[in-house]
Amino acid sequence: MSQTMPGKPMPDPSPDTQPYWDGLAQGRLMLQRCADCGRIRHYPQPMCAACHSMATDWVEASGEATVHSWTVAHHPFHAAFRADLPYVLVTADLPEGVRLLAQLRDAEAEALRPGLKLRIGFEQNEAGLTLPVLRPATPG
Amino acid sequence: MQLANKAAVIGVGDTDYTRDAGGRSALSLQLEAALKAISDAGIQARDIDGIVMPSPGGPVVAEELVTNLGIPDLRFSTGTPLGGAGPVAALQCAAAAVAAGICSHVLLTLGRTGRTGQRIGARIQQMPQFRIVGEFEAPSGALAPAQYYAPMARRHMAMFGTTSRQLAEIAVTTRQHAILNGNARMTTPLSIEDHQASRMIADPLRLFDCSLESDGAAAVVVSAADRARDLRRPRVLLAGMAEGHPDSPSAITQRADMTRLGLAKAAPRAFAMAGVTPADIDVAEIYDCFTYIVLCQLEDLGFCGKGEGGAFVEGGALGLKGRLPVNTHGGLLSQAHIAGMNHVVELVRQLRGEAGRAQVPDAEVGLVTGYGDLGDGTLAIMTRG
Ligand SMILES: [Zn+2]
Repeated sequence: MSQTMPGKPMPDPSPDTQPYWDGLAQGRLMLQRCADCGRIRHYPQPMCAACHSMATDWVEASGEATVHSWTVAHHPFHAAFRADLPYVLVTADLPEGVRLLAQLRDAEAEALRPGLKLRIGFEQNEAGLTLPVLRPATPG
Repeated sequence: MQLANKAAVIGVGDTDYTRDAGGRSALSLQLEAALKAISDAGIQARDIDGIVMPSPGGPVVAEELVTNLGIPDLRFSTGTPLGGAGPVAALQCAAAAVAAGICSHVLLTLGRTGRTGQRIGARIQQMPQFRIVGEFEAPSGALAPAQYYAPMARRHMAMFGTTSRQLAEIAVTTRQHAILNGNARMTTPLSIEDHQASRMIADPLRLFDCSLESDGAAAVVVSAADRARDLRRPRVLLAGMAEGHPDSPSAITQRADMTRLGLAKAAPRAFAMAGVTPADIDVAEIYDCFTYIVLCQLEDLGFCGKGEGGAFVEGGALGLKGRLPVNTHGGLLSQAHIAGMNHVVELVRQLRGEAGRAQVPDAEVGLVTGYGDLGDGTLAIMTRG
């Protein structure tokens, strides 16, 4: 049996989620907003849970973030991530009222604590997919 | 209609739990467990007229049970797609069906060839309830339950000072119980130091914080309580049951309080239905896919306050001589990962006084929980009746 290395998981966007991925490709984190009541929601969904409107527009995130929680991946659950181990996955609060999950750059997990200020960046992976990353707001 | 004490578990059965069932199919394992449960109940296979499959879409469907067991007149067939919360949800579903008079004897089976067949980690990306995390989190490298749940544990540690050594207490006590069981995969003693030396999987979760993918099956029969009175085993009454779903059920990342599970909503309902409080519980079988999930559920059940779970589990508190004996069979951590159907079987054995060397003396009131699909919670409180 031939061993072919599976690639990293790629999104299969729907019409509801396509603008998010289009935004990332341009280096922008786009958040879905209810066009009727203005509530921002993430991850993208067809309906606003507050007012049940299905009219949406999109706003660009400010780029600010703070640490909510995190984990450090040590076990290769997927062969395509083996070479990246260990990597830190941060759950971050955004001032827009939603959270972002992204890999940490330029810092170690030991430096993290809830509330630590971060900055959103962007990085293209080997498959050409642009993903958000998080860096300390204050270098060092 | 009040469901309390309207239904009883009248039969339980399970196969050997192994790392590898030697090529046997999940159907074959489930049929073995089903026959044992039916025999244990003192009824015939043809008496089964209801089936609730805790994992629809899994490798076995009700029609295969009907065909192999020769069930002539199935009147009720459904499923409870809540992952590891499914078996206890299936108890409530079966109880409602027999209490409503739709059917009399409901069979629940769960079994798989988890290691050798469908590995949990490989299946998860194809399941519709994981579509959201699959699209938005998997590309960044969040791929498996350990990686989804680790941030919940880390948040708990950061907010409340919970430690990895406290998680180790759960693993160590559970292993002690598995050693007493006689049908458990892990049979060598485990120390807190062993736990602390085990390799990191998804920080803060180490290898010994994680459950064991296993081969095996377990089954139970639920019947109307009045029909269960004349059978050969003691009745175990379903006194209180409830199901609860967390905020942001499809993504833990977006959950306002990620230290609170769906069980926190279910627990007050089930205790009220049963007319008991946590202080009345003699033995608790708590879904333990990971040690932290036990600690969080102890809080959400009300055995201690939010943030107090770490202190609660210290000093062997979950052992047979502790303040609350937990997972007396060895759980998913050390007996086998049968998605919590083995927890249901163990609670029934405890309340019948059939739990062997891990018997909690005079156990009369117990509970079993389920947990799955990123935070769904289920709870059944049972009494010796
Ligand atoms: Zn709205």
